[in-house]
Amino acid sequence: MDFIGAYTPSHLTFLLEGFWVTLQVAFLSIVFSFSIAIVVGVLRYAKIPGVSQVLGTIVELIRNLPLLLIIFFTYFALPEVGIKMDKFWAAVLALVIFEAAMLSEIVRSGLNSVEKGQIEAARSSGLSYVQTLWHVVLPQALRRMVPPIVSQFISLLKDTSLAVVIALPELMNHAQIINGRNVNYVIPTFLMVAVMYFVVNYALSVVSKRLENKHA
Amino acid sequence: MKANKLWKKVAGMGLVLMLSATALAGCGGGSKTEGGAQGTPAAAGAGTLAKIKERDKLVVGVKYDLNLFGLKDPATGNVEGFDIDIVKAIAKKVLGDENKIELKEVTSKTRIPMLKNGEIDAIIATMTITEDRKKEVDFSDVYFLAGQSFLVKKDSSINGLKDMQKGMKIVTAKGSTSAKNIRASAPDVEVLEFENYAEAFTALKAGQGDALTTDNALLYGMAKQDPNYRVTEETFTEEPYGIAISKGDAEFVKTVNDLLKEMKENGEYDKIYEKWIGTKPKK
Amino acid sequence: MIDFSILFDHMDMYLEGFWNTLQASLLALVGSFALGTLFAIFRISPIRPLKWIATVYVEFVRNIPLILVVFLFFVGLPAIGIVLEPFIAGTLGLTVYTAAFIAETIRAGILAIPKGQTEAARSSGLTYGQTMRYIILPQAIKVVIPPMGNQFINLVKNSSVLGVIAGLDLMYFGDLIAADTFVTFDVYIFVAVFYLILTLPLSAFVSYLERRLAGSR
Repeated sequence: MDFIGAYTPSHLTFLLEGFWVTLQVAFLSIVFSFSIAIVVGVLRYAKIPGVSQVLGTIVELIRNLPLLLIIFFTYFALPEVGIKMDKFWAAVLALVIFEAAMLSEIVRSGLNSVEKGQIEAARSSGLSYVQTLWHVVLPQALRRMVPPIVSQFISLLKDTSLAVVIALPELMNHAQIINGRNVNYVIPTFLMVAVMYFVVNYALSVVSKRLENKHA
Repeated sequence: MKANKLWKKVAGMGLVLMLSATALAGCGGGSKTEGGAQGTPAAAGAGTLAKIKERDKLVVGVKYDLNLFGLKDPATGNVEGFDIDIVKAIAKKVLGDENKIELKEVTSKTRIPMLKNGEIDAIIATMTITEDRKKEVDFSDVYFLAGQSFLVKKDSSINGLKDMQKGMKIVTAKGSTSAKNIRASAPDVEVLEFENYAEAFTALKAGQGDALTTDNALLYGMAKQDPNYRVTEETFTEEPYGIAISKGDAEFVKTVNDLLKEMKENGEYDKIYEKWIGTKPKK
Repeated sequence: MIDFSILFDHMDMYLEGFWNTLQASLLALVGSFALGTLFAIFRISPIRPLKWIATVYVEFVRNIPLILVVFLFFVGLPAIGIVLEPFIAGTLGLTVYTAAFIAETIRAGILAIPKGQTEAARSSGLTYGQTMRYIILPQAIKVVIPPMGNQFINLVKNSSVLGVIAGLDLMYFGDLIAADTFVTFDVYIFVAVFYLILTLPLSAFVSYLERRLAGSR
């Protein structure tokens, strides 16, 4: 093990450059997948004949597939049918597809946890069904969803590392390039990489706990 | 309060739009599967030259992990090697400036999809010309002639194909010709394939294989990087490298071929060859 | 349309991969259940050092990517002289990673058992270990069966990282077939079907268990 050789300033900057890409991929994927998940979750909760079942089936299929397969699929298979994008967006798309399915399930069960009595009360006080969803059910459900959603975000950040298989220049890819130089760099480099993921994820989970306590 | 409501409306509409776009993209993709496989690649491939001139930049897929051919230095961020010098020569010929280039990292597995994607104008990434690949892309004339051999530990008893024995583990990269060749030439050994050669070399160094097999040209670069390894002398295949270009773009292929001929005649090719490989090319 | 010859011509590879995926998942399930239970008990035990070790392990591993753990076993261990077969390195990585999640699941299960039971058991003369073994764990296991089922589904899905280190699983062989034939779209669809054969029945079973558990309350 060679900590001094592994932690040269140029190696550390190289890792940070990779981490920056990781964070970008994660941020975009969170924004898109969360938006889609709310729509899908609400549509499934609303039990619209046909739509809810179709969405339910799609979500169930995606949730039961490995993310790695979806990454290979968006990057290698979609171009075959004419849908082309570069590595970065292929990784984002794969993450959005997968995480939106996971998150929509959280959104749906969050909505289901709001007592039916409240909906009836809101409706009888003159609100429309959509108004009731938007002003009464969704805000309460979102608050309850905070812990599972944040832990899904943590999963997402970790999952971005799978994009190493399509050589996206993110943290794990940069770590492997450094590892290729000398076997003695492997453990120190992985240790540094682990610390980087840990710091951000742990911070996220602390924030989540704070939010939880505030609302409880 | 009002602003808040408006924002919610806009956000809601945006989401619906995004979702329907995703759904539409899915449908479009589905319908194309039926006839699209044989489609009309000629139309898609033509006009690369015009595209390059319009953006005033040549975008080429090269390797980032191959010493001597295409290697990215983490310290400087520069990619350097034999392939890169060929890229520069093309840029100089087409755009008049060898620095008007953009390099994108490819692996053996990603390069054909990326070219078909239109992400890159050409592949210059130690790519062997094969009949199978000719169905997918067009190739220039041979720009480098390599042959497959083995990278082994200095003290290894392996000196060539004849030393391959049952139970040996040979590592290489997914989707490479090297994997097919070793399976055909030494059916007894176990072949383990990794995402790219860097991962394969890391696996070899980690003791996960007895030898790494691929073209000697690449192996020399790895041996240079780590003096504990050597390249076996004998080669058991001929690997003619070509520059891959979108199918049907005869114009661009001709430009590249003319340039290669020119470079071989005026000695520029020999200069680049010697700079990286250390010897003069065999005639 | 989908080209089924790509499926039938390479059936032996798909099946070998499928079998190895199943094996890796089952081995990792057994291993991570054992390790996870141990760490769960450590984490709630009154012995401080054990508690610290378990807490650090669970919190650290849960917050780093699986592929990092697997790479550590595959190329990290050899740096200190331990070389493991790709399949074994991958399965061990999966085990160590999943154990952290299972430890949390089981800890939650144990904490769901009313404190009074522990006190009653202890005051009737049982040791801490005995209380855990005979009173708390059997009840906790019942509560944690559905979440454990979810962990197993995750394991099957996560086992696909073996494909990255030549672990001879379904993902690895699928990827080889795709790289060799260039018919990536169809190959990945078939790979997906093989994964669904494992995960869909499991997830149906888990939601059945969840409904039953919810009903019995």
